[in-house]
Amino acid sequence: MSAWLQQAIDKASSVNDWLSPIRAEALQALKQESWPTRKTEAWKYTPLTPLERTEFSQVTNSAAVDIDSIAGLNSIDLVFVDGVLVTSTNALMNTKGLTISSIESSDEETRLWAAGEFGQIKPKRHLFGLVNDVLATQGVIVNVDAGTKFKQPIRLIHLQNNGNEAHTRVLVRLGDNANASIIEQFTGDQNSFSTSVAEFSIGKEAKLEHYRFCLQTGDSMTVGGSHFRLQEKASLNSQLVGYGSKLARIDVDVDYAGEQATAKLNAIYLLKDKEVFDLHSTIEHAVPNCVTDETVRGIVGDHAKATFNGRIHIHRDAQKTLAELSNKNLLLARTAQINTKPELEIYADDVKCAHGATVAELDKSALYYMMSRGISKEDALVMLNFGFINALVDEMPNEALAEWLRPILKTRFQVMGSK
Amino acid sequence: MLTIKNLHASVEDKTILKGLDLNVKPGEVHAIMGPNGAGKSTMGFVLSGREGYEVEQGEISLANEDLLDMEPEDRARAGLFLAFQYPVEIPGVSNLEFMKAAVDASRESRGEEPMSSAAFLKKAKEACAQVNLPLAFLKRGVNEGFSGGEKKRNEIMQMLLMEPKLAILDESDSGLDIDALKIVADGVNSQRSDDRSFIVVTHYQRLLDYIKPDFVHVLSDGKIVKSGDASLAKELEAEGYSWLEGYDKTQDAPEVTA
Repeated sequence: MSAWLQQAIDKASSVNDWLSPIRAEALQALKQESWPTRKTEAWKYTPLTPLERTEFSQVTNSAAVDIDSIAGLNSIDLVFVDGVLVTSTNALMNTKGLTISSIESSDEETRLWAAGEFGQIKPKRHLFGLVNDVLATQGVIVNVDAGTKFKQPIRLIHLQNNGNEAHTRVLVRLGDNANASIIEQFTGDQNSFSTSVAEFSIGKEAKLEHYRFCLQTGDSMTVGGSHFRLQEKASLNSQLVGYGSKLARIDVDVDYAGEQATAKLNAIYLLKDKEVFDLHSTIEHAVPNCVTDETVRGIVGDHAKATFNGRIHIHRDAQKTLAELSNKNLLLARTAQINTKPELEIYADDVKCAHGATVAELDKSALYYMMSRGISKEDALVMLNFGFINALVDEMPNEALAEWLRPILKTRFQVMGSK
Repeated sequence: MLTIKNLHASVEDKTILKGLDLNVKPGEVHAIMGPNGAGKSTMGFVLSGREGYEVEQGEISLANEDLLDMEPEDRARAGLFLAFQYPVEIPGVSNLEFMKAAVDASRESRGEEPMSSAAFLKKAKEACAQVNLPLAFLKRGVNEGFSGGEKKRNEIMQMLLMEPKLAILDESDSGLDIDALKIVADGVNSQRSDDRSFIVVTHYQRLLDYIKPDFVHVLSDGKIVKSGDASLAKELEAEGYSWLEGYDKTQDAPEVTA
C-alpha cells in the first residue's frame, strides 16, 4: 500500500452522504488495489511519481476564476472551482424535461435512480475511478427525460488553483429517445491534482453529443474518465481534445448494452515541452450489431510523451459488429515520444474490423513549399498542424462549438511551434 | 530585375551550379533549356532559398535587393515566385486558406491590411476559372489528390494570385497535354508586363511556341554555355545539345529533383 493511497483511504472515512453505501463497496475494492508501477500494464508509460511527491489540500479558492477560458460559448454553464460547484443549480431546474442538480442538493427522486447508476457504468478496474468513488462529494447529476430533445450544450467547467486537490463527479442519464449535448472542460496549469469521473447512461434510441476538453497544462496533474453505456439503437458522438501536463491520464469506456447502437469517438492530443498525456479507451462489444468508429490523432513536440492505448473487445456473441480504430501521430521533434497500441480482440466470427496506427514526422518539403509562398515558418507550422487535425475539428457535430475551439487550438499551436 | 553573378551552389556537398551568370531585365522572358542534370531545378531552389542548397560563391539580386541573406518567405514577399516541377501535397490545408495566408503575408510585409475574405474569394475564383480548375479545388487540400496537370495549373493559379515581380517556371509544361499546356501558357502570357519577368525552364521547344521568350539559354554542367534568341530553341529541338561548345557529354545523367 502506497502512502498516497493510504491517505486517500483515510480521507474516505470522513465522507458521509447519501452515496455512502455505494462508496463503502468501492472502498473495499480500493483497499485491495496496489499502487501502479512501471510493471503495471495500464500505467506502463505514465509514472505516478510526480503525484507521490506532492501533498495537496482541498481548500477552495473560488475567487480565482479564469473567465477568459470559459467565455464565448452559448451553453448552460456549471462551474467548479477547486473541486467545488460554485454555480447554483436552482436556476436551471425549471427547464421542461431536464433536471440538473448537484450531488449535495439532489432530491429524493434523483437519488433513487442515481444510486442505481453511480459507479456502475465506469469499470471497476480504474484505480483512480475508485478513488473518485469514495472521495467525490461534489458533482452534477443530469437527467433528460425520455423523448426530450435538448439542443443547448450543458457545460461543466473545472478550474483549479495552486495546491488544490479536487475530486468531482458527473452522472448523466438520457431517457429513451432523448437528445443532449454535454461538454466537460478542464483548465489550469498550477501544481494541483484532480480526479474527474463522468458516467453516461444513454437510453434506447437516445443521442448523446459529448465533448471532453482536457486543457490542463504545466504543473497540473489529473486522472479521469468518461464512461458510457448505450442501450438499444442509442448513439454517442464523443469528441475529446487533450493537452498534456505533468500528469494527464484519461480513460474512455464504451459499453454496448443494447443492439444497433453506434459510437463515434474522435480524439486529438497536442503536446509540447515535457508534457505527458495518456489516453486509454476500451470499447466493449458485448452484443451484436453495434458500430464503433474511433479516430485518434496526436501532435507531439519537444520532449513530450503521448500514450494511446485503444482496445476494442468483441465478445463471442457480438456478431455483425463493425469496428474501426485509427491512431495517427505527428512528431514535431526527434525527442518527442509516442507509445501507441491499438488492440482488437475478436471472439465473434462474423464481424468487420480494422485498426491501425501511424507515426510521421513533420513534412519538411511542405514547410518549404509554404515558405516559398511567403508564409512565415511559424505560420506554416500552425497551418500544417491544423492540417493534421482539421478533419476531426470539421467533424464536430456542433459547428458553433468547432468555431469557438479553433482559435483556442491556434493559440496552442503557436506555443507548440515556438521552439 | 534579376542579376545572378558567378553563382556556385551545392547540394549535399556536390557542386551543381558552377559559375552561373544571368541578367533578366524587367518585362523579359528568358527560357532556360538544357539536358538532365544540368542544374535547372537546382537554380530554382537556390533562388528561392531552399534549405540544403548551399551557395558557395556568387551573388543574386532581385530588384536590387540581395536575395542571399533572405529567408525563403522573405524572397517570396520580395516578389520571387517559383512554380514547382513537383508541387507538394498538403492534406488538411485548403488551397484557399493557403493562398490567402500567402497573399496576406506579402501584403503585410508591404504594410498593407490583409484582404477581406470576400474580396479574396472573388479573386481566387477568377484565378481558378482562368486556369480552368473547378471551384471545388479551392476547398480541397493543397494539391491533395490532384493529377499532374491539375498540380501544374494550381501553380499557375498561385502565381496569378501572388502577382510576383519574377516568376520561375520549373518545367511547368512537363506531363501536360496540349490543352493544359495552352492554359499554362495563357496564364503566363496574361501576366506579362513591362515590370514583370519570367524564367521558363523547359526541356521542350513546344512550350516556347506559346510563351515567346526574348532570350534562350542553354544550361549545361552548372553554367550557361550558349545564349540566343527564340531561334536557338528550334535549333536545339532539331539538333540536340551535343553540338554545343562546352557541353559536357558525361552529364547525361538522371536529373537531380530533390
